[in-house]
Amino acid sequence: MPQTIFPTYSYFPGCSMATTAKENDASLVRFFGRMGIELRELEDWNCCGSSSVHCLDTELSVMLPARNLALAPSGRPLLVACPNCLLRLKTAQMEIGQDAALQATYEEIYGRPFDPGLQLLHVFDLLNHLGHRTMSEKFTKRLDGLRFAAYYGCMLARPPALRHEANHFGLMESILARTGARSMTWGYASRCCGTFLSVVRPDLVTAMVNDIVADARACRADCIVTACAMCHLNLEVRCTLPEPIPIMHFSELLAMAAGDLQSNAWFKRHLIDPRPILKKTGVWTPP
Amino acid sequence: MEAIAYPTTDCTTPFLCDGAEIVRRHSGVDINTCLQCLSCSGGCPFTAAMDYLPNQVIRLVQFGLIDEALHSATIWTCVACNTCSAQCPMAIDIPAMMDVMRQLAVEQNVKIAEPDVLAFHREIIRSIEKYGRTHKLEIMLRFKLKTRRFFSDTQTGVRMLAKNKLDLTASRIKDTAVLKRLMNIKR
Repeated sequence: MPQTIFPTYSYFPGCSMATTAKENDASLVRFFGRMGIELRELEDWNCCGSSSVHCLDTELSVMLPARNLALAPSGRPLLVACPNCLLRLKTAQMEIGQDAALQATYEEIYGRPFDPGLQLLHVFDLLNHLGHRTMSEKFTKRLDGLRFAAYYGCMLARPPALRHEANHFGLMESILARTGARSMTWGYASRCCGTFLSVVRPDLVTAMVNDIVADARACRADCIVTACAMCHLNLEVRCTLPEPIPIMHFSELLAMAAGDLQSNAWFKRHLIDPRPILKKTGVWTPP
Repeated sequence: MEAIAYPTTDCTTPFLCDGAEIVRRHSGVDINTCLQCLSCSGGCPFTAAMDYLPNQVIRLVQFGLIDEALHSATIWTCVACNTCSAQCPMAIDIPAMMDVMRQLAVEQNVKIAEPDVLAFHREIIRSIEKYGRTHKLEIMLRFKLKTRRFFSDTQTGVRMLAKNKLDLTASRIKDTAVLKRLMNIKR
């Protein structure tokens, strides 16, 4: 069934996209711009609670992300880029929708009625709505010869209550295949990146990240493509292998394929510079 | 004749304590459907840093050995990546059970097996209370102070600063009054 494509989507970037992964944010907005879609940042959005609030305070873990639902203008979907933010927002929407007492609290704090119909979308949902063929018709730049390992991290795993949501396994591979890039088969596509333990237990996460990157290398990938800003950061900062491979945001490759020429500014922000390998494979030329 | 003791939800009496009922009341999750098939522990990427495997924590709780579970490193090592619950044939929300254990451990003032993890969570929440968003640089610095790790991992911080990945000033929300309302309602 074809999905309605809105000219404008409310957009929730989340703390990582707004700080450590500004290049992820910028490339995403520019890519959708090229697809004729405007992402309008949600006015005064707040943190979803990250991986911490639910550990210590269940009620706050529902009411805190819920503020963003209250801020979302009606009549257009709210697009979320970060898989974990999406999980927190969806959980909040589901919990409040099922519980009259929570709904009353929500309405008391935010002073507006709860809208159970607000559509919460992940970037992957919108890519599916757009359709791979429609998108690839607008691709003007080929990425032939670039071998990538698509990395989903834990974004494919959800709590049981949300298990009937769409599963996007294979989406990055199938879209990038239309640009001529070649997906490599590997074993760590859905292995968790370690999230916040990267700060608390760098020893542990270094070992995990090295396993992930080593496998991508063994499968002859030129780079790893991530869909989550947190994964991207962990794979970059925690890899201690002598020859790390670049980590690309999926949105960067999408924007490049759509003919965007801003990529040099994004690549400058990478801790592992992807430009040498992109130049070598011929998919990127310096400005 | 001695009175028959029934399972209670007083978590201080091992074997008599109905741990599964405590989890159900706090989270709605029924851990008694667990088959002990070990899917969760087989898939968990963090078992190297756990004392009990996830399925073993479930078992402890079922047996009413709550104190044992609250003292375990596992409940703090779990990052709720949901790999376990996605693989669980009985669709048990294992991270939700871990949340209950973490909150009980704090509530009951037990000795936390991974105090640094708790310190980190508290820094995140503090930042959100203050700004409405997470200010990573401040969180990192305060975390280092709290856990007395002054010189560890500085290289990473420097690399991130050099690439402008850590903003010096916090991005904060405008409507800070709502944060106060939010924090008050729960306490």
